[in-house]
Amino acid sequence: MLNIIGTRKLWYLISMLTVGASFAALAVWGLRLGIDFTGGSLLEVEFTNARPQVQDMRAFFEAQGEPGVVQPASEKGYIVRTKHLDEAKHQEILKKMREAFGKDQEVQEHRFETVGPTVSAELRRKSLYAIGLVCLFIVLYIAFAFRKASHPVSSWKYGIVAVVALIHDVAIPTGVFAALGHFRDIEVDTLFVTALLTILGFSVHDTIVVFDRIRENILRARNASFADIVNTATNQTISRSINTSLTTLLALLAVLFFGGETTRYFALALSIGIVVGTYSSIFLASPLLVTWCGWRKR
Amino acid sequence: MSPMYSPGRAAKTVSRKHVRIGVAAALVLLITAAFFDFPQYYNQGAKWLNARSGLGLPEYHGVDFALGLDLQGGAHLVYEADISQIPADERADAVEGVRDVIERRVNALGVSEPVVQTNRSGDTWRVIVELPGVTNVEQAIKAIGETPVLEFKEESPEGRTLTDEERAKLGETNEKEKARADEARKRAASGEDFAKLAQEFSDDAATKDKGGALGSQGEGGPYPRFVEWAKGAKPGAISPLIEDHDGYNVVRLIETRANGVEVRASHILICYQGAQFCQRDTAKEDARKLAEELKTKTTQSNFASLAAQNSTEPNAATTKGDLGWFGRGAMVKPFEDAVFAMQKGAISEIVESDFGFHLIYKTGERPRTEYDLARILVRKTTEGDILPPDARWKTTGLSGKQLVRAQLQFDNSGFPVVGLQFNDEGKELFAELTRRNVNKSIAVFLDGAPITVPVVNEPIETGNAVISGSFTIQSAKQLAQRLNAGALPVPISLVSQQTVGATLGRSSLDASIFAGLLGFAAVALFMMLYYRVPGLVAVVALCVYAAALLAIFKFLPVTLTLAGIAGLILSIGMAVDANVLIFERTKEELRAGRPLSSAIEEGFTRAWLSIRDSNASTLITCAILYWMGSSIVRGFAVTLALGVLASMFSSITVSRVLLRFVSPWIQGTRLVLGAKGQSSQPLATSH
Repeated sequence: MLNIIGTRKLWYLISMLTVGASFAALAVWGLRLGIDFTGGSLLEVEFTNARPQVQDMRAFFEAQGEPGVVQPASEKGYIVRTKHLDEAKHQEILKKMREAFGKDQEVQEHRFETVGPTVSAELRRKSLYAIGLVCLFIVLYIAFAFRKASHPVSSWKYGIVAVVALIHDVAIPTGVFAALGHFRDIEVDTLFVTALLTILGFSVHDTIVVFDRIRENILRARNASFADIVNTATNQTISRSINTSLTTLLALLAVLFFGGETTRYFALALSIGIVVGTYSSIFLASPLLVTWCGWRKR
Repeated sequence: MSPMYSPGRAAKTVSRKHVRIGVAAALVLLITAAFFDFPQYYNQGAKWLNARSGLGLPEYHGVDFALGLDLQGGAHLVYEADISQIPADERADAVEGVRDVIERRVNALGVSEPVVQTNRSGDTWRVIVELPGVTNVEQAIKAIGETPVLEFKEESPEGRTLTDEERAKLGETNEKEKARADEARKRAASGEDFAKLAQEFSDDAATKDKGGALGSQGEGGPYPRFVEWAKGAKPGAISPLIEDHDGYNVVRLIETRANGVEVRASHILICYQGAQFCQRDTAKEDARKLAEELKTKTTQSNFASLAAQNSTEPNAATTKGDLGWFGRGAMVKPFEDAVFAMQKGAISEIVESDFGFHLIYKTGERPRTEYDLARILVRKTTEGDILPPDARWKTTGLSGKQLVRAQLQFDNSGFPVVGLQFNDEGKELFAELTRRNVNKSIAVFLDGAPITVPVVNEPIETGNAVISGSFTIQSAKQLAQRLNAGALPVPISLVSQQTVGATLGRSSLDASIFAGLLGFAAVALFMMLYYRVPGLVAVVALCVYAAALLAIFKFLPVTLTLAGIAGLILSIGMAVDANVLIFERTKEELRAGRPLSSAIEEGFTRAWLSIRDSNASTLITCAILYWMGSSIVRGFAVTLALGVLASMFSSITVSRVLLRFVSPWIQGTRLVLGAKGQSSQPLATSH
């Protein structure tokens, strides 16, 4: 049996480093917000024969008065991001693009998204509310579900430890995406927020299984030390935690590598979240309970 | 502190018979669900069998999966209504009115299953429009985006006709159209795929992407000429060019089938004031008396002439009440029920419907043949396309600008009417308009199409007018709303748009399906390798779970978006979780020395609490996602939530039953969970 609780200082160190790195990444680079949150337009076009050079596309958009970011997409296409375009301007740009570049080929518009400032402000607001609400409800639910396990650690503490683990689980993928945003220009949209919320739900799922075992063991053997109870419980559930996360991860990797383009980063965020979530349930949540209990006894 | 099992706790035992029933039920569920999910495989198999053995197995067409915009292509538009000029208590109505107008415009575009909804968030009022499968988004946006326009017009004495030049050009255009239709016909007749030809040639937006399918048609329906031809044709045949009022048609007969009976009948209609479409002002009781009187007079031989004289149907004098042959679904329910129940040659008692009182004379009954048809339509340009649509009407200068409000009112007899109130300028214009047109019709146009054409009874000087006619409360209210939408200009602006081209949608769909299958295979492989036979059991339970879930998606229906499919795939991974929990518990019980069958029972019982609590947290998250999200996020939340619920069901019931079924065969072997034969590890000593 592994001595997880005894070596808990090691796990705390690892967690603090990774979370610290994530916060640093967020502070220094920030998240690259997509048009869902900033407002703006996204246009995906494909040229059937040969696409023009990136500089030409950029110059074209500047000439239209809508300078934007132009990125190559697939072999023959581009994704262009500009400020919010109204429909008239959108059609005008398409028409002029066809005139400029479409003499002997077709210019196909695969996707066009535009989000006005009111809608994007609302999405920002709603996202933050949603994250806050989920954390709140989870604390409440755990406190309720574990109300009978109040000795030696009160049921509220389970909830709060779970939330600390959640913050850890959410911080790391966000940090990763801050880095991706800086180095690869990957943007963060409502789907990313959805991924974060899913990670929250899933990570708690994991953590609850461990807590559940702790509770059961407490009820059965009250004379052992709390640290031992927790350690045993954690060992008992390791196999299950890892297997569950593994199966979910397998499914997600399939989406990551073979699924559609729009869900690729969604799957990536979820994958990172699941790995981190499993780690936090085993190596972070249980040790934290023991540490907290230890403080009380002092 | 070792968790030895306490001998006092005896596990439940379950009779073998119950287990067998459970397994059978699970198999039935699997097969039924799979059948609903993928009827095309069954159909292919049935066709093959039928061809070989002439068994005549029926084919099942079923419903399709509902695909979201990002999978079938289409547009998601969000319009914001500027209600700053409108008093607070009228806002909801104004926005409803705008929604109505937008919906009519969207329907006119021929988009299948559009969604138009209002949405209020604090002080912002929005209309959300979803147009799945629309190809020309620009045109759609243009059609929607204009502020509704209300106009009052009077009859124009000079109707316009085509000039010679226009007429010649029309002839030329028609020739070209005919040639195009002919080409389509030749290619169809030579065996080319009809569906592809329909996409290429057909102008019928509603059917061109569905292979031109018109569904099942028969006598008395909207395509009499097609049915005439189909009677003499064999399945698979292509018709010659059939010209109807829409244009030139190439029709393909897919299948002929018998479908019950059809009837032929004549009727005399006596309508009353307030009945649908009734122009008379007979009171209801008087109408009933008249109908009863006629009933005593009618015989088989004089029915036709009595109908010509007395029936209030507009063209009864010429048709003599004959409705021709028709099948079920052609007439309103009370009429249909009566005529199908009658004997041939009988004259019915009085039948009441929304249109009035009917006397029905059933003149024939015969078996009904229906024809499954598909068509390619090449539209024929007509005079109407070249002439302005309102050639009959001319504008008067009176429009929504002068209308202050319209509202539902009730006249002296208590019938619903629409009251109009004009401002000063409008009052003048309206007075002149009505003076000029006493006993003539004037037309009220909304967005260039007439919505009501009342007859002017007397000049109206007060600026307050009433449009009366055969309104129900509902239709009068709707008309008032529409007039107000035109009268109170509610400018709308497009604040958000998401368009996905059909090719991108298609490739996203294909990729998702592939990823889903791959994910499923990977998970299945893992389970079998790690848990051996129970792993196999879990995989079978997983198949039942996946099939049942997909069937639920089809029938609810749940719109699948790309994120939704990701949620589905995620839930496959999580579905296994419950099984893993149970197996791990079972392993523990085995290690502690329990026999297999009771270890299984204990495993299930102990694990249930964990399963319940952990899935609850996911469900909470889904609920919040649903509240917060756009339709795409909602798709994810719904599929994940349904997936979690279904997986709880499948693991607790299906897995359990299968495992119980299988346990006697694997007891004591290495096949169980990979754990048999290892000695129990000594657990926990304190340190």
